[in-house]
Parts: sequence; structure tokens; C-alpha cells
Amino acid sequence: MANQQLIISGVGGQGILFVTRLLAETAIRKGLAVMTSETHGMAQRGGVVISHLKVGDFASPLVRPGCADGLLALKAENLPLHRHFLRPAGWVVVNAPRAPEWTGETLHSLDADRLALELGNPQALNLLLLGFAVARLAPAAALFCSLDELVATIEHRLAAKGVLLAESLKALRLGIERGAA
Amino acid sequence: MSERMLLLGNDAMAHGLVENGCSVVASYPGTPASEILSGVAQWQARYQLPMHVEWAVNEKVALEIAYAASQAGLRAATAMKQVGLNVASDPLMSAAYLGVKGGFLVISADDPGPHSSQTEQDSRLTAMAAKVPVLDPDSPEHARRLTGLGLELSEAFEVPVMLRPTTRVCHANQDILPGAVHPAVRRADFVKDPQRWAATPVHRYRLHLALEEKLRKIAAWEPTAPQLLNPGSGGRRAVIAAGVAAAHAREIMQDLGLWEVLPLWQVVQPYPLHTAFIEQVLAAYDELLVLEETVGVIEMQLADRGRVRGKRSGFVPEVGELLPETVARLIADFAAVPGELSVTAPAGGGRRPTLCPGCPHRASFYAIKRAAPRGIYPSDIGCYTLGLNLGGVDTVLCMGAAVSQAAGFYHAYRLSGELPDIVATVGDSTFFHAGIPPLIDAVVQDARFVLVILDNSTTAMTGNQPTPASGCGAGGVPTAAVDMEALVAACGVKFCRVGQPGDLPAFIALMKEAVAFARTDGVAVVIARQPCVVDRSYRGARPTPRAVTVSDACNGCRYCIEQFECPALVYDEQRQRVVIDTLTCSDCGVCTAVCPRLAIEEIP
Ligand code: SF4
Ligand code: SF4
Repeated sequence: MANQQLIISGVGGQGILFVTRLLAETAIRKGLAVMTSETHGMAQRGGVVISHLKVGDFASPLVRPGCADGLLALKAENLPLHRHFLRPAGWVVVNAPRAPEWTGETLHSLDADRLALELGNPQALNLLLLGFAVARLAPAAALFCSLDELVATIEHRLAAKGVLLAESLKALRLGIERGAA
Repeated sequence: MSERMLLLGNDAMAHGLVENGCSVVASYPGTPASEILSGVAQWQARYQLPMHVEWAVNEKVALEIAYAASQAGLRAATAMKQVGLNVASDPLMSAAYLGVKGGFLVISADDPGPHSSQTEQDSRLTAMAAKVPVLDPDSPEHARRLTGLGLELSEAFEVPVMLRPTTRVCHANQDILPGAVHPAVRRADFVKDPQRWAATPVHRYRLHLALEEKLRKIAAWEPTAPQLLNPGSGGRRAVIAAGVAAAHAREIMQDLGLWEVLPLWQVVQPYPLHTAFIEQVLAAYDELLVLEETVGVIEMQLADRGRVRGKRSGFVPEVGELLPETVARLIADFAAVPGELSVTAPAGGGRRPTLCPGCPHRASFYAIKRAAPRGIYPSDIGCYTLGLNLGGVDTVLCMGAAVSQAAGFYHAYRLSGELPDIVATVGDSTFFHAGIPPLIDAVVQDARFVLVILDNSTTAMTGNQPTPASGCGAGGVPTAAVDMEALVAACGVKFCRVGQPGDLPAFIALMKEAVAFARTDGVAVVIARQPCVVDRSYRGARPTPRAVTVSDACNGCRYCIEQFECPALVYDEQRQRVVIDTLTCSDCGVCTAVCPRLAIEEIP
């Protein structure tokens, strides 16, 4: 799968930049060109954070409205804010307690907040949702990378941080499990 | 280094500096430029380079330090945001006349949008006013290459060079193949030349003539000449773009099928615009579309209003970021082709930013409002600007202005015989940056107000860089530390007390004392000292965690939410009362002292 444009959205403190980085590094490890653009500054203080990720042959760091292949929403309340970025046949993966009412693009939802609490690791909701998303999308070839490639990036990135790596992989696996179910 | 890696634009420029033998780099943090210096410190450590890398006390000081290194023949750079460039503009204007020895790069990051700034000002205009050439990168990789080219240009003409990235360059990440690092081999060698380095006005006239001559030559310097990105395209119309707008245009013109038919010129050096280029495009095309952020700097130099569509002709918006969707519409209109389906973003919405749960500033603002309920609250630039939400911030102008404005309000009211309570707030880093001279002025002029220095021991807004009181510098190297209390006392302040805002009852009492002192005796300074909740580098002791819960005594009056606004205090519509969001609560325990019904309790 070549060119792909994604929007990752949430609020400050949820680790949007970390998720974006994992995906971007996975792209580089596959030899693909990649560009990302994120909000920094005031928005990180609990405000809305949006990150644009473009894998493949691009020049501009921003995704144009109507052009995104997918939207990963770490906060359900951001769906109406960022839906306009999607192209008509795009997909949405959202962290929400119940699947929101939806018509249009393919939507997958997961209550990642609750799962993260059950894990005893509230910070891990981003990896939970990421694992879930990749498990749902990769088999349908809707994502530029596979599960194994993503896991390899995490292992590479957190290799020196034993506990964090174990916890991250645990969260990711739980997400994958839910996604495969 | 021979592996492609994901680099932030700022980090890419940092690598560009070490690749090109830069020896001295100084900066003051400001979004979107902050990660340039931390990047340099990181590369310096990684490659074991003999360099001086520092967080300076403000941008003027940073520029002057780096400039002196250039005067001594070393390659040097300074980095700041556009608003910081205002602070540094005094030495910049002069350095342009005097010129440089070692390559000297002034990186000034602009923030069209603006995403995290007081203004959308265009640093390229300052470069024009200062008469220094400016380079406008379109991506992290381009910015990395232009750091090298900028240093070369600077040395070729002995002139400071500005590199002007924007937020979309600074904070974009790109896969980059960094270049080889060339450690500096030069030794500092300052050649005395008082006629030049300490020139009096008569000599400055000569230097101005020489500068104009340099600019004429720079406007013909081949390496920075505009480039036709799609040779072979023809026609009587062309697009001229610079910076990120050029990146947007490149992609959009391909998507719209215009790549083969509409010439796209990229301007790398918006000022001075190449003279031959101006003549060439005015001769070759009937109509030009100019895309640049934020002001029409290129357009101005093309100086043919009739044929140029841009900001001044009203075709391109003069305010805000040139988003790709806007660029797509402009190009489609200009080329008279159908554009893309326009999908518009929903208006407004989303959460407003707020101080973090457990942030000590929230407690400080609450105490200020309690101690001086009808007060005037001048404030300053930093996270604590968000005290706006709490009603604890009435003015925000620029770095350090809280102190001078507090004095100004006092003098204004005194003239009409009234004396309201005035409580100003300033962060620790901002105080060191620009708060000391106005504090001295206030004491000398016998102004009366309370200044609360919100000392969270870091520059939190921009990513937790150290302050002069931290005892460490860029990259965590140990430094001497300045004693803030002694400094305040030395300014002549008679009331200077330190308190911990997290201990809310005691802090409110301290604030009341300070307000009473200021009414009769002059400036009172309260140092509200408690670490930033998100500062991972903080090594000292933090307050003991105090987990809280809300009891049945809560009647849902919402006082805590409206007056204290901790995001972890959530109104539960179903139960009509407040509950704690344990996912975000930081267990600071401060809200127990806020609820008038004592419904928020510490969990024993
Ligand atoms: S916790 Fe106290 S202040 Fe907050 S809504 Fe309940 S009663 Fe009111
Ligand atoms: S203890 Fe209270 S004030 Fe502190 S973070 Fe939790 S809810 Fe907010």
C-alpha cells in the first residue's frame, strides 16, 4: 500500500504525538517517505490536539479536508470536529464507551478508557486503541503497515526501557485481541 | 549518521547547525522554536562536539552572545520565535550594519495561524527592515539544507542571515537523511577594528552604503535564486510560492492536473528578491499568483500591482495560515479549473485549553481572587495566561509587561485619587526574561501592587526548559543558580515572601498580608513556589499526594467548577453533583479547601 493520509485526534495528555511517532517510524522502517504535523503549545494543555500523518509521496505536511484515508479518534467528542477531513470511503476508529450513531464511513469503536482502567494503566489507552485499529484495518489492507511491523517498531523504540516496553506491549496486545474479536 | 530518521523540523535545523560547524548557539524558548536549541544540545552530546550551547535569559542576550562569537570568527546561531525577535531587534538592526565574520544565522520561527502566539507578524518584514537576507524553508529537510546555505551566504557577504521557518516546518516531522557532521576547527580570533565594531554615526553611514551594496549582490547570488519546479510547463500565467505554501502548491497542482501547464516558481530567498527574477517573470507572464505567509513580502518587491494577484490585491487572505484547502481554492480560481469538492470545517467547538489538573497556578489564581476580589489582574506570557478561564487574568501584552502594567495602572488610578488592589502575575522564566527592569522602576517610582511570581521552577509552556534559578542549562549540564529572593530584595522590594500555593489556606492568608502591605507600603512580592506537574526533569521533592472524593454533602452548586475549574472535577448530570475523574485527577488535594460545603474530602 503506497500513499496514505491519516488524522489522529484527541486532547492534550493522551499521547497523540507518541502514536503518530510510532506509525511514522514504522513507515520509515518500511522504507516509505513520511511527514507528520502536530499541534504543540496551548492545545496541549487539555485542549484539542490533531496530528496529520502522510505516508508516501507528499510535499505538504497537512492533510486537506476530504482527503484523509482514516481518522483515529482518541476522544469521541472530536468526531464531529475532524470528520470533514475524511474522504468518502475512509474509515474511523474511535475510543468511545458505546459505538456512536454513525452513517457514512466505516466505523470501529472501542471503550479504551475502561479497558485502560482495568489494566491499571490509564496512560495506555492510546496503545490500546492503536492495537485495536491495526487489528481491524491491517487485514483489510486499509493501513500502510501490519501488526508485526508495528510491534517491531515498539520493541525497537522501547528496547532500553524494560518495564515500559512490557506494559506497552501488554496494552497493545489487549487492543489487538479486541480488534480481532 | 547514514540512516533515514524521523526528525522534527526544529531538530533538523539543529542538525544542520552541527553539520556546518556552528560553535556557539544561544536561544530563549518560545513556541514554535523551542526545540531548536534542545536539539543542538542533544546533537552536541551525541557527537561530543566542542560547542557552547545555552538557554539565554532572553532573546536579546541570546543574539548578542552568538553575534560576539561570529565577530570572533566562529560560526554562530541564535533561535527564537517571531515575538522574541522583537526583543532581539535592537542588536539585530545594528549587527546588519556592522556585519559578521563567522557565519551568523538568526533563526526566527513564525506562527501563522497563530497557534501559540500573540501575533502573526512576519519575521521576513523585520529582515527587510534590518536589511538582512532571509531564507524561507518549505519542510524540515529544506530547513536543514538552508541552515548550511544560510551560513555560507552569511560568510560570503559578511552579513547576518535570517532563516525563517514557520510552525508547519518547525513542528512537522519528516524522514531525513542527516548530513555528515563537521566539527568546528576554527579558533576564536577577534580582530580589533573599532571603526567597524564600535562605529560612531559617521562611520555607520558608510556601513549603510556598504550594506546596500551587499544586498544588491545578494539579489544576484546564484545558490539562493528562485527555482522553476516544473520545467517544461508553459503559458502566460505562473504561480510564485515560498515556504510551506510552496509545498502545498506542489502537491495541489499535481492533484489538480496543473503540473504540466502552470509554471510553479519557488522563492527560497524572499528578501532581497533576485533582481533578474523580477525582470524575467514580469516579462514572461501576464499574470502572477503569489503565495506566501504571512505578509506580501515577495509581492511587494514585484511591484506590479496590475499583474500580480496576492495579498495586496485582495486575492489571497492577509490573515491566518495559508491552509492547503485555501491554496487549492486559490490555484483552481487562478487557473480557472474546477477545484476540489469543498468540505468546510465545523465552526468552533472542542475543548478550550486549561491549566493541568494539579497545576499550582490554579491554586495561586484562586488565592489571588480571594485576597483581592475586586482587584485588577495584569498577567503575562506563559501557561498561566490560562488563568483567564479562572477570572484571574485581565491583561496579557508581552514578556514582562505584567510588572510595568501593574505600575502603570497604579499611577493612572493614583492620579484620580483611587487605589484599587492590583495583583500582577508573572512566571519565573518570564520574570528573569523581562520582569526585573520594570520591578526596579516600580520600586523607584513608589508604585503599590502585589507581584506574584508563579515559580514552578521551569519554563513550562514551551516544554520545560530550565530557568536561571534551575542550576542546570541546555542538555542538563550543571550551572550556577540565581537566588530569586535575593534578587527581588536587591531590587529594593521590602516585602518578599515565599509560599506554597498547594497549601491553599496558608497561601490565601499570605496573599491577604501582601495585599494589605501593598495598599500602604509599596510593592509586595509573593513567590508562589511549587513544581510544574508535567516537568519530568524536576528532581526536588513534590507535595505528598492527597487523593480526594466527593461526599453526599455535595449539592451540585458548581462553585468548585466555576471558581476552580480543575478539569478533573466533573459535573455528573445524572446524579446532579460533582464527581472526581480519577483518570485525570493528580491527587493534589487542593480542591478540599475550595468547596464551601466541605464536600470534597481527602481519602484517608
Ligand atoms: S463539591 Fe462543593 S462546590 Fe463543588 S458542586 Fe459540590 S457542593 Fe458545590
Ligand atoms: S485533587 Fe482536586 S484539584 Fe487536585 S487534581 Fe484532583 S480534582 Fe483537581
